[in-house]
Amino acid sequence: MKRILSMALAATMLTTPAMAETVKIGFVTTLTTGAAVIGKDMENAVNLAMDHLGGMAGDTKLEVVFGDDQFAPEAGKQVTDKLVKQDDVDVVAGYIWSHVLLASRKSVLDAGKILISANAGPSQIAGKLCSENFFSTSWQNDQTPMAMGEVLNQQGVKSLYIMAPNYAAGKNMVAGVERTFQGEVKGKDLTKWGADAQLDFSAELAKAKASGAEGIFVFYPGAAAGAFIKQYHQAGLKDTMPLYSVFTVDALSLPRLQAADFESVLGSRVTQQWDPSLDNAANKKFVDDFKAKYGGYPSFYAAQSYDAIMLIASAVEAVGGDMSNQDAFRAAIKAADFDSVRGDFAFGTNNMPVQNFYLREVVADADGNWTTKVVATVYENHVDSYAAECSMN
Amino acid sequence: MDLSLLVIQMLNGLQLGLLLFLVASGLTLVFGILDFVNLAHGALYMLGAFFCATLTFALGNFLLAVVVSIPIMAAVGWVLERVLAQPLYARNHLDHVLGTFGAILVIDTLVHLIWGPEGIQVPLPDYLEGQVPLWGDVVVPTFRLLIIGAGLGAAGLLFWLVNYTRLGMLIRAGASNRTMVSALGINIEMLFALVFALGAALAGLAGMLIAPITEASIGMGNNIIITAFVVIIVGGIGSMKGAFIAALMIGLIDTLGRSFLDDIFKLAMSTESAETSAPAVSAMLIYIIMAAVLAFRPQGLFPPKVR
Repeated sequence: MKRILSMALAATMLTTPAMAETVKIGFVTTLTTGAAVIGKDMENAVNLAMDHLGGMAGDTKLEVVFGDDQFAPEAGKQVTDKLVKQDDVDVVAGYIWSHVLLASRKSVLDAGKILISANAGPSQIAGKLCSENFFSTSWQNDQTPMAMGEVLNQQGVKSLYIMAPNYAAGKNMVAGVERTFQGEVKGKDLTKWGADAQLDFSAELAKAKASGAEGIFVFYPGAAAGAFIKQYHQAGLKDTMPLYSVFTVDALSLPRLQAADFESVLGSRVTQQWDPSLDNAANKKFVDDFKAKYGGYPSFYAAQSYDAIMLIASAVEAVGGDMSNQDAFRAAIKAADFDSVRGDFAFGTNNMPVQNFYLREVVADADGNWTTKVVATVYENHVDSYAAECSMN
Repeated sequence: MDLSLLVIQMLNGLQLGLLLFLVASGLTLVFGILDFVNLAHGALYMLGAFFCATLTFALGNFLLAVVVSIPIMAAVGWVLERVLAQPLYARNHLDHVLGTFGAILVIDTLVHLIWGPEGIQVPLPDYLEGQVPLWGDVVVPTFRLLIIGAGLGAAGLLFWLVNYTRLGMLIRAGASNRTMVSALGINIEMLFALVFALGAALAGLAGMLIAPITEASIGMGNNIIITAFVVIIVGGIGSMKGAFIAALMIGLIDTLGRSFLDDIFKLAMSTESAETSAPAVSAMLIYIIMAAVLAFRPQGLFPPKVR
């Protein structure tokens, strides 16, 4: 029995075609648990990108293998190991959550493969743990809340109450807004996070109201977004404590909030490096085709994932599909010669994007669907605060 | 410290405690009388939320949807008891755990297949979305008052059921000595099915009440079930009074801990360490209490009078 098996195995080895190489991309995202809605959006964007590319980068075939991190660092690391060792992918991309990325990065970088984050941007990986093989098509966590801090200063907000989940990215968001906000922080709450995150914020909202702060800053991605906005609406705080948020109000939560009629979110302010209304050809095509295929606006998670695939395809095409020359491939990725949905795209010294950040407002579009639109540019070509800590140059 | 803030936080704690009681009461009945470890109780909580969410959209009225969903959940509980629990009664607790854990996975996947991976936000009528000024500065969202009312109502109903009806007498007898009840000629199978259905209806009601505040999402039962087990361990397995008092206690301690622990810590340590340690410690508080109860009074604070 064993002999027949080993002979069959040898036979399959011999018959592997040596011609057109397939470049395999491993994409890690959250496909189960309550946060699966984000993973689904990223998966949709990746599939749309593959459609637009026709599954090819020049003459090389592209293949995407999805992995599910189940919103937990242990599972994320395991699935990353599987992609790197068992599926032997050429590039690993994805990662919604900072703590999952931090747990999984070594598995990819130690194998000498390129790692591209399509969302998570923990400070460590932009600074001390930077690597020539790590790139980001999203942002560094602190940048978006730093932009929000600037906005708060410009709007003359004197005091703030802060709420965020208690994990790596939550702490980055708090650090970011505190870095630029010049007023008084009246109180701060870091709530329990993870697969069984705290979703009832009654105690924290009561504290926020009692503090008398002029505004409330929150970061609640995924399922917690709907829960928070709902409770904010039910507490009647819209007029006394306007909502300033990052990564909370997006194309994923807005349709559900609209279905449940939570008007408190209209008019609220958000900062981000991308918006569906950005005026460039790549973005128009992306947003229009996404709406046509999937029936709703893409979120920033989707935009970043789409950019990641396009970036990889541009680099694969630049090296002519020859993945054996890692240095050339890496240089092609760093050159970032592709049409990003956010317009001009360039990497900084620590391989994080140097990009604009916009102030956006939640509005109803011409069809009455709730979405966001750009109101002002807060930062131009912003470099993150940890670039100096990175030893590469 | 602000008195009105304290009052509001105590009301929040009361609300959390009553929701925990709704879940824990069913669990303690099933564990106490049927001697069946039902991990899938959290899945029933989730199913209640989803049924109510769908019916709210179908019927256009949240309160009507709740009224219709409760008997549906009781029926689901009945079916689950026949299919899942009955074959496992003769086995040991580990087999119960394995069986009901499998049931959780199956139910989660079924919900994923039927309703999709996203959660459902439940729309409420305008009169439930506002706030109610109670006195002075104390303003509470209307819906939370509704939860407190519903929780107290359910607790009252259970109190009447357990203490003043024949069924309640059988339940209390079954909690004390199941074999004797069966030997006395009571149809123990019918009693078990009824108790299971009652537990499912209560858990479903809790899910229906929390969904408009958070959302109906897959896996929402998995963390409430752990807290519910803590409640029944602290209160005493099989005891409704124990479940009620322990649930309120844990709800209050958890809420007050999250509200005031960082201020208390700031008195003893630097702001930075207080802000990092307070959320971690307040998340641990209820387990510390459970550990203390298990160490000093393992039968729970109000165990039923036994055998």
